[in-house]
Amino acid sequence: METSIDPSFSNTSYETSAPVIRFDNVGMRYDQGPEVLRDLSFDLPRGSFQFLTGPSGAGKTSLLRLIYLAARPSSGRISFFGRDTATLSREELPHLRRRIGVVFQEFRLLNHLSVFDNAALPLRVAGKKRSDYAEDVAELLAWVGLGDKMKANPATLSGGEQQRVAIARAVVAQPEILIADEPTGNVDSEMAMRLLRLFVELNKLGTTIIFATHDLQLVRLLDAPVMSLAEGHVHIRAPRSQRQAEYQRAEDEAAAGHREAFEDIGRPPLDSPDGAERDE
Amino acid sequence: MSEFEIPPPPKGGAGALLPPDAGRDRPLFIVAAILVFLACIAALGARGAWQQSQRWTEDLQTSLTVQVRPVEGGSASEDAQRAADIAAAMDGVANATARDRAHAERLIAPWLGTENIPDDLPLPLIVEIRLEPGIEAPLDALREAFDEAGINASVDDHSRWADAVRGAATRSQTLALALLALLAGAAAAVVAFASRASLAARVDVIDALHLCGAEDRYIAILFQRRFFMLGLKSGAVGAIIAVIVSLLVGTGSQAADASFFLPSWENNPFEFLLLAIAPLLAGATAALSARLAVITDLGRRW
Repeated sequence: METSIDPSFSNTSYETSAPVIRFDNVGMRYDQGPEVLRDLSFDLPRGSFQFLTGPSGAGKTSLLRLIYLAARPSSGRISFFGRDTATLSREELPHLRRRIGVVFQEFRLLNHLSVFDNAALPLRVAGKKRSDYAEDVAELLAWVGLGDKMKANPATLSGGEQQRVAIARAVVAQPEILIADEPTGNVDSEMAMRLLRLFVELNKLGTTIIFATHDLQLVRLLDAPVMSLAEGHVHIRAPRSQRQAEYQRAEDEAAAGHREAFEDIGRPPLDSPDGAERDE
Repeated sequence: MSEFEIPPPPKGGAGALLPPDAGRDRPLFIVAAILVFLACIAALGARGAWQQSQRWTEDLQTSLTVQVRPVEGGSASEDAQRAADIAAAMDGVANATARDRAHAERLIAPWLGTENIPDDLPLPLIVEIRLEPGIEAPLDALREAFDEAGINASVDDHSRWADAVRGAATRSQTLALALLALLAGAAAAVVAFASRASLAARVDVIDALHLCGAEDRYIAILFQRRFFMLGLKSGAVGAIIAVIVSLLVGTGSQAADASFFLPSWENNPFEFLLLAIAPLLAGATAALSARLAVITDLGRRW
């Protein structure tokens, strides 16, 4: 897969000490069933780009449901923008959701509305006037290659086109957090690259991205941390550059240690007259 | 400026955010129309009962019946005529009519038949007195005048019957109002059930709206509008059918007592007000019921 994406895109200008999402020992179970997520603890810094991978049944969908506020944890604490979700009232919930955009794997488009009205839905429910957002929505749809299908019914579109409508709907209100569940699962590699570039651009503008995917080729394209879920537990792998730097640092430290050891072997005792002379 | 043509807004405003539900709504439309029809019939029936009782009690209150019994050696017909003359001369009496023996025979015919009454059987004769409106019946003055004239007569002011008619009218009105309340409750319950079913059937739409940041109130208003329109339309249909039935009932000939509980159309403001208000009330009941049901259901989702 060819790419023109700069792997060192990582945006730092929005990073602050407070993470946008914090999980503290979060567990989740459905009704009285077994725990599908266990003891998850992690922070997502503002403006970060995070891949989420894991095999089917690992709890990826459950984790995403917690992150897009469609479910509550069974245990532990989740905070958004420093606010514990357990303290959120029902009236506050929609306002927090408006700061989060979601691209669903199964799209969840409203087939009785046009492509344009689907993409504009977050702006419409937020009470914005059609005349204020019409141009922006049209431009966004044109950008994702659906400019000539704005009047179409989503049910008449291909899977890839529906995916792009779902992405347009998720990003149209410029959310602070964007959650994408397999957003490139139904598109060809060229469109996958284009969409990934869109996510990268949004990330550069400060949006925190959580990108769930099975496509490891896509993961390798970016120098971003990877959150792996397996059997309800999470493991976070640092970005490649950070790992390489750490490896390099460790290697340097080890080399320095070896050098010192080698030097120590041939070095006379410090208190000998020869040694004192050589030091001089 | 976008090079592509921006589509016009969807018809139906914000209501178009809910998918069309015509097939699912049809049974509810029919049930609501039937309920509104029954409510209108009950209201028209209650009004008919009240009007009829008013007419009857007014008739009874503005008339007196004098029974003139024959005295030995006297003529009942002459006594009845004298009694009518005495009554007619009194203040507040509009007219007094003495009925003859044939009238009295007709009154007892149901018990004795027409052929079995001997000519010399002493029958009391009736004098009908009609009072001027708003005048209190001069019962004592009449009795005194009849005594002075030597007429053996008893005066009946119908108060016993008027009380019975008033009681029956009050009971029938209470019954009709209770029926109205029951129908309104049934309509509200049906709409609440339907809106919950609609909500459950459209959980995908609700989820999409929620995750796009829609407030519960926003979603409730969508359902509220839909069910208001449904209530309004079905209410109009129910009210129009009730009017047609009332008109048809009015064209048939029936005994006055049979029409007591039947709806009647009388081209007065009550009918037109009912026709205008019934669909609005049906719409408002449906909207309120849908709103409460949706808000309650959504409240359980987080």
